[in-house]
Amino acid sequence: MVSTIGILGAGRVGSAIARTALTAGYTVHIAGSGPAADIQLIVDIVTPGAVAMTAADAVATADLVILAVPLHKYRSVDPATLAGKIVIDTMNYWQPIDGDLHEFTGDARSSSEVVGDYFPGARLVKTLNHIGYHDLEADARPAGDPERHGLALAGDPETAAVVAEVINRFGFDPVYAGSLAAGAAFEPGSPIFGGRHTARELLIELGPAVAEAA
Amino acid sequence: MEIGAYSFGDTPLNPDGSPRSTAEGIRNLFDAIVAADRAGLDYFGVGEHHTVSMPASSPGALIAAAAAATDRIILGSAASIISTDDPVRVFQQLATADAISGGGRVEITAGRGSSVETFPLFGYDLRDYDTLYAEKLELLMRINGSPTAEVTWSGSVRPAIDNLAVVPRPVNGRLPIWLATGGNAASSARAGRLGLPVSYGIIGGEPHRFAPLAELYRRSAAQAGHTGENIKVSVATLGLVAPTKKEALERFHPGWHNLNVEMGRLRGWPAPDRRQFEAQAQAPGAYYVGDPDDVAERIAHLHGHLGHMRHFLQSDVGGLPHEHLLESIELLATEVKPRVARLLAAK
Ligand SMILES: NC(=O)c1ccc[n+]([C@@H]2O[C@H](COP(=O)([O-])OP(=O)(O)OC[C@H]3O[C@@H](n4cnc5c(N)ncnc54)[C@H](OP(=O)(O)O)[C@@H]3O)[C@@H](O)[C@H]2O)c1
Repeated sequence: MVSTIGILGAGRVGSAIARTALTAGYTVHIAGSGPAADIQLIVDIVTPGAVAMTAADAVATADLVILAVPLHKYRSVDPATLAGKIVIDTMNYWQPIDGDLHEFTGDARSSSEVVGDYFPGARLVKTLNHIGYHDLEADARPAGDPERHGLALAGDPETAAVVAEVINRFGFDPVYAGSLAAGAAFEPGSPIFGGRHTARELLIELGPAVAEAA
Repeated sequence: MEIGAYSFGDTPLNPDGSPRSTAEGIRNLFDAIVAADRAGLDYFGVGEHHTVSMPASSPGALIAAAAAATDRIILGSAASIISTDDPVRVFQQLATADAISGGGRVEITAGRGSSVETFPLFGYDLRDYDTLYAEKLELLMRINGSPTAEVTWSGSVRPAIDNLAVVPRPVNGRLPIWLATGGNAASSARAGRLGLPVSYGIIGGEPHRFAPLAELYRRSAAQAGHTGENIKVSVATLGLVAPTKKEALERFHPGWHNLNVEMGRLRGWPAPDRRQFEAQAQAPGAYYVGDPDDVAERIAHLHGHLGHMRHFLQSDVGGLPHEHLLESIELLATEVKPRVARLLAAK
């Protein structure tokens, strides 16, 4: 059971996820790239209730870690700290923001698989990447609400099931897409990315194999 | 409350959708600024953008021309992408425009741009993104704050300056320098720490959700000991005013659609969705597209959350017909501005 969520990145996405997680009743530890004091005021005002920490502490104390740093900085996260942890990868490769990163342009796999190579032992699940950060709070709905949107997940089934419950408590219907490789189906450029879909619509976009398994 | 407009330039389209000349886009922008001054608009912000559809790459040159052709309106870059430019030149160009304007009408808004097209264009390395921004902002402030023409500065991103004159000096001693941000909390804290006014570019979501950022900005300023009239907030959003809301939606939608198709190609977004457009154009959405009453009410409502002192709209995107831009500017100045003033006075 997840009760404490550690968020790496106190930017737009990290802050929006922090508020969403607090609303959902989780304990939230959040970190930027530097000491906790650097983000103390930000956390007090922008994500009140969350606890500012160093990245190392936020990871060590968390049941689930969320990577919300710019993709071009993912290597600044210490891989040793993530070994054995459940980790959500929210990061996207966005050329206009990240520049040309051959590591991603030259690799046909999902960006999360590339990232996963750098974090051996981390139990990586790709999700929360295809929703705009300002929609996360505005679109959250209780379970059963006909307007509730779906969020796709990719990763090993056991870990994804743990993450799915978190997504559900965040206010979205989790839709399991398959192993990490299946995450390519909801990256930038896909019909799912940046759109708004109910769980049913997501299943249709993800294709018959996923729909049948579900 | 000051009411204004801003633009990145908008290259007009032929009936078949192909672009006309970028020069025409610049000429239209110049004409719009002159019209805004005549109509009584408070502020006009220019560029910087470097695409064929949005060609306002050189705010300093455009603002200098506009300074000569206008009498009252405040002119500013919106924003100067300071990371990939030389702060010495940015300052000199805007200070030159300030001299031409008669003084006190020219501002610099420093930002880092929401995309990174200037990095390859000017030969910078994206890995230096944060350092470039921090150091160049510091240099710009050093030049502007210097009590004499001579400036001394050293850093890692550009050659040191050892007691060299940076001229002309602004007519009133200094130019207002704003910090532009799209909603990153660290930028709000930075603006407060530096004691700079902050300009929020709110291009989506629900603008009132910026309230904690504005509070963070003000608290950061107070903590650093900055008080007074320099601690203030402005807001830039998309929007268009027309005689009726229906007309405003019909006029703005095609250009919005074109813009989102272009952005979507770059960023992997899906085809723009008309329903989403309509939703964003209603309170509490981010598009201030409507008749004068609607737009004025929403600006006044946002003021309750952010306490901003200036709200300015970008209307000319994706090939908006020029006459629609001009009518929107006229309505902003003559209809929206007095309504906002009345609404705020009644609060
Ligand atoms: N924009 C969206 O709507 C959206 C949606 C879904 C996913 N995403 C993805 O979310 C990620 C974050 O985007 P954003 O817009 O939130 O970026 P952002 O506003 O620039 O924030 C990035 C944050 O990451 C922090 N950071 C950098 N390196 C770190 C490290 N090693 N450990 C801990 N924190 C670190 C930064 O802190 P410092 O200031 O201290 O460097 C900053 O707080 C990106 O990968 C993006 O692709 C974006």
